[in-house]
Amino acid sequence: MKVAGVLIAVALAIAMQTTLDRLVVGGTAAVDLVLVAVVYVALTMGPVAGMLTGSVAGLLQDALSSGVIGVGGLAKTVVGFLAGAIGQQFIVTAAVPRLVMFVAATGLHSLLFMGLYQVLGVRSFVSPLTAVGTQSLGNAIIGMLSFSVIEGLPGAMERRRLSRRPRL
Amino acid sequence: MALLDIRQRTGWLFTAVVLAQLVLISAQVTTRTGVPMLEVAVFGAVAEIQRVATGVISTTSDRWQQYVSLQDVRGDNERLRSEIGELQLQLQQERALAQEARTLQALLQLKKAIPLTTISAAVIAGGASPDFRTLTIDKGTRQGIQGDMAVVAPAGVVGRVITPSLRAAKVQLLIDRNAAVAGLVERSRAQGVVVGTGENRLEMEYVPGTADIRVGDRVVTSGIDGIYPKGFLIGQIESVQRGAGDYTKVVVKPAVELSALEAVLVVSSPQQSKTEDRENEVVE
Repeated sequence: MKVAGVLIAVALAIAMQTTLDRLVVGGTAAVDLVLVAVVYVALTMGPVAGMLTGSVAGLLQDALSSGVIGVGGLAKTVVGFLAGAIGQQFIVTAAVPRLVMFVAATGLHSLLFMGLYQVLGVRSFVSPLTAVGTQSLGNAIIGMLSFSVIEGLPGAMERRRLSRRPRL
Repeated sequence: MALLDIRQRTGWLFTAVVLAQLVLISAQVTTRTGVPMLEVAVFGAVAEIQRVATGVISTTSDRWQQYVSLQDVRGDNERLRSEIGELQLQLQQERALAQEARTLQALLQLKKAIPLTTISAAVIAGGASPDFRTLTIDKGTRQGIQGDMAVVAPAGVVGRVITPSLRAAKVQLLIDRNAAVAGLVERSRAQGVVVGTGENRLEMEYVPGTADIRVGDRVVTSGIDGIYPKGFLIGQIESVQRGAGDYTKVVVKPAVELSALEAVLVVSSPQQSKTEDRENEVVE
């Protein structure tokens, strides 16, 4: 059940990411919803789940893009694993730690992603700091919203269900 | 089942996933030379494996060759040691034979030189008791050996036959406590009696106080004892002590190295006239 939920989340993230492809800052997308999904899974389910989710999601993302297949997968694998490991070791339930986690995860992902491309000599990135900063902020906001929505959704539904119950 | 749970092996799983993706990346990217990176990486890895394998095989082969060579060397070493031992033994035998030949040659020369009938004999044993300085020769009465026959060596007087048996004889050495020989100083003709001390020195007794003797003088047999022929070297005066005008002690070092005798001549028939002639020649 959890695996299916993760796969659906990844699929949704990829689908939404393709629609947000126009939001580009410094040659890089303003948000990476797939990365947000990976970090979310890692923080909630642990390093193994984060690693596998990052690997699968990254490879799918690579396959759908025109880049080298595996670069994004590798970057997201590492990020998912580390985020999961940190989430297991420390309490990352408050807003600020989560914000920091998303920002750090985005930075690390960008470092690995761009670094690998740079090492391979396949692609170069213009003003990466601006792009990374923008994406970190965007990912953090989306991530925080995601946590709020997902964590608050059951309670809201319960309240709505209770409010529709006929009064005796 | 815990071992099969991938969550128990997170580190390995992470490594495997990362490596797999690195391989995937390498398969797509080409190097500056146009060769796919995966091919380069695989070739490099395989080449390293080959290098290590070749190194291991080469080292093992070398060690094995060294071991086999060492075995051969060990065998050769043992064989050579054995040969060296045999050669050393052979060399000792040759040296012994050469020494024996030299001794016999000297004995033969002595035999030719002295005007006496002699019987050559080999020393076959030393003295049985330390209190009696004797030796045994391999000739006995069957070869004409009799008691009180003088025994000489190329270097000088050895002693006399005291107990002849059928095929062997016991010889009393000059240095025996009971041995005595009439002697005279070759230079001054001073006479005395040379007696054994039981050690490796002789003493000349009954030397007149007026006699002219010095350290280093040669002492020869005088022949008046009727046993030892005249004129054979007994030894050399080593020290002289005087007391109240008389000689109290004259020590003589034997001419013959008695502990290293191998062959001797037994004087069987003294030819007095010839001996006297020889002595006269010496005096002149």
